[in-house]
Amino acid sequence: MTGRETIRVPGIVAAAEQPAEAAGGRGDLTDDLLASDVWSDAMVAAAGIPVVETPFVSIGSGIGSFCMVDTLRIAGVPASSIRVLGNLDHPWVTYEYLTRNSQIPREERLRSDSGSTPDCIWGFPSYAVREAWHEKGLTKKLAPLWNVLTEPIFTDYYTPKAGQPFEAMAREAQRIGYYDCLVKGLVRMTRKRQGGGYFTILTPPPGASATKRIAYRSTYVHVAVGYPGLRFLRDLQEYRQTYDDYSRVVNAYEPHEHVYEELKKRPETVIVRGGGIVASRILQRLIDDRDRHGAKTQIAHLFRTYVDESHGPSVFLRRKGKDGWAYQGFNWPKGSWGGQIKARIEKLEGDDRAKLYDVMGGTNTPHRKLWLEQLDRGRREGWYKTYVGEVDSVVPGGDGGTVTRIKTKDGLLELEAAFIIDGTGLEADIREHRYLADLLDHSGVGRNVKGRLDVSRAFEVRGTANEGGRMYASGSATLGGYYMGVDSFLGLQYAALAITDDLARQGFARRIGPWRSTTQWVKWARGTRI
Amino acid sequence: MTPTLLGRIQTRIFLLAVIGSLVALVITPVLPMDAPLGDKYRAMFGVLLIVGVVGIAWELLYHFLQQFRWEKDWPTLFGLVLGVPEGVVAYLVAKSGVLGATEDISLAAFVVGFTAVWLATFLFVNGPMRIFTVHWRYRGGRLV
Repeated sequence: MTGRETIRVPGIVAAAEQPAEAAGGRGDLTDDLLASDVWSDAMVAAAGIPVVETPFVSIGSGIGSFCMVDTLRIAGVPASSIRVLGNLDHPWVTYEYLTRNSQIPREERLRSDSGSTPDCIWGFPSYAVREAWHEKGLTKKLAPLWNVLTEPIFTDYYTPKAGQPFEAMAREAQRIGYYDCLVKGLVRMTRKRQGGGYFTILTPPPGASATKRIAYRSTYVHVAVGYPGLRFLRDLQEYRQTYDDYSRVVNAYEPHEHVYEELKKRPETVIVRGGGIVASRILQRLIDDRDRHGAKTQIAHLFRTYVDESHGPSVFLRRKGKDGWAYQGFNWPKGSWGGQIKARIEKLEGDDRAKLYDVMGGTNTPHRKLWLEQLDRGRREGWYKTYVGEVDSVVPGGDGGTVTRIKTKDGLLELEAAFIIDGTGLEADIREHRYLADLLDHSGVGRNVKGRLDVSRAFEVRGTANEGGRMYASGSATLGGYYMGVDSFLGLQYAALAITDDLARQGFARRIGPWRSTTQWVKWARGTRI
Repeated sequence: MTPTLLGRIQTRIFLLAVIGSLVALVITPVLPMDAPLGDKYRAMFGVLLIVGVVGIAWELLYHFLQQFRWEKDWPTLFGLVLGVPEGVVAYLVAKSGVLGATEDISLAAFVVGFTAVWLATFLFVNGPMRIFTVHWRYRGGRLV
C-alpha cells in the first residue's frame, strides 16, 4: 500500500514520512556515518557536527522522558547531567492530543488509577485524595474518597479528570527543572561510540543552530519515543485512498469534530468500530450529543469479536464480559503493575511469556455505569444496534455516504452509514518509527516475544551495551517484556524507577531508599525546588 | 492493593510492629480495663501478637480468595471490613488462654484497642506508607 498509513500525531515521526536523506551540507550526516554501526569521535568531527557532552540523554520529551527525569532528579542526579531531546513543548502534548481527539477533553475522566501519578513518584497523595482536598463542600469532598474506598465492589474504579495529571506535571516540571534539561529538535538516531557510550543525533529546528545536526555524546541513553504510530484499519485506509475521501471515514485519534457537528444537524447513521475504551468514549460522545443537542443519530456498532459472557481459560483467569464488551478496569489487569501478575511475568521467558500476554490481553473497556445505561437505552429505543463480523470492504454509497460489506456468520451484510469512526486503536510496527528503525538496523537490539524492543527487567535495551555505556527504553515500544503495563502512567513511572535503580548500581544515581524517599517526599509536598 | 502472598504477610507484620505498636503505646493507658498499667500493656501487645500470628492464616485464605479475581487485586474495602471477622477470631483466641497476658482483657478494652489499631493501619497502608518506600507498591507489598 502506498500513501500515509499512520495517523499524524505530534511527536511521532513515521519512517515513511521522511524523504530519503541526501548526505552532505554543513554539519550534516555523511555517507560514512549513515553506514556505520559504530562511530569514532574523529568521524563525527570530520562531518563537522558539533558535539555536546552530557552523561544522560532521554529521547522523546513526552511523559516517558518526564517520568525518567523526575525519578533521576529525586535520586540526586543534577539537571545539568540530563538532556531531554525531542520536539514536544510539554511532556503531555502528544498524550493530550490523542485523548482529546478520542473524546477525553481535560474535564472528562481518563482510564487511569488514582495512584498512577506521573507528577509524584510515590503515588501519595493519590489523585482521588487531591480531588477531595480541592473540592468545595462536604459531599463533593467525600465523593472521590468514597469512590476509592468502595471500588470496584460498589462503585466503578475512580479515575482522574484528564486535566489533573497535566496540571500536576506542569508544577512538577518546574520544581525539578525539567525545562532546563529540554532541548527541542527531532532525534534522528543513536549510534554506538568507539570507546564507549553513544552519539545521539539531533536535528534542531531551522535557524536554531549553525549546523544541520548536533551530536549528543553520552554514557547513557533512554529511549521513550511513544507510539511508533497509530494505524488505520486496512479496509478503511483502502477506502480513503481509493475514493480520496478523508471526511466520511475517520480514525478516533485524528481530529474529527466535523462528524459530530454534521450529526447534530441531520439524522444520519454512523458506524463505530472497535470494542475498547476508545469506542466506548466515541459512543458516549454520540449519545451525549443525542441527549444534550437533540441529535437523531442512529448508531451501528461493529464488533469483530463479540464477548457476551465471562471468559478465560480457568476459574482463576476469568474476565467479565457482556453485550459485546470485555470488561476490565484498566488496560491490563491491576495485578500486573505491582502484584501477582507482575511477579509472575518477571519469571517467564519466550512462549510462556507470550501466552500470558495473550491470556491477559485482548480488547477491553472499563465497566462504567453511565455507559451501560446509555447503551441499554439505545438498545431499548432502537437507535443503538450491534453487528458482528469481518469487514470485507468499504465503498461509497448513495447520498455521499458509505457502504460497509461485512462477512457475518449469516452471510454478507451491507451497512449504509454517513460516517465511519475507527475506534480500534491499532498500533504500528516499531519499524515504522524512524528512530526505532535505525536502532533495529544499527544498535544490535532484537525484538521481544511481541515484536517490540527487547529489554531486560531493568529496561536495558538488550544488545546495546557499549563499554560502560547503557541504553534503556520505556513505554509502548517495550511491550512484550517482563512488565505488562508499560504503556501507562504507572508503567512509565515503574520503568523510570527500575532504570534509576540500575543506574544507582552503576554509581550514576543514588538509590531511593527509605531515607531519601521520605526526605524527598517532604520536598515534593512543600513544592521545594530541587 | 495488589498484594502477593509474601507481600501480604510482610506488610501485616510491619504494620502491626510499627503502626500497631505506636497506637498501642498511646491508647493502652485509656483502655477501659480495670488492671495495672503494666498488665494493660501486656494485654494490648498480646493482642497485637495474636492478630499478627493468626493473621498469617487469614492471609493464606485471602490469597486463595484473591485467585478468583481476574484483576488479582484486593479491594480497599475488603481491608476495612475484614477487621470484623478478624476481630472476632482474635478476641476468642485472646480469651482462650493461649496467652496468659490477654486472658483477662475485657470486651470493651479489646474492641477499643483492636479498632484503633485496625483503623490506623488501614489508613496508613492505603496512603502514607508509600512516602517511606517507593518500591513497596511495585513489589506486591514485599518490604525485603
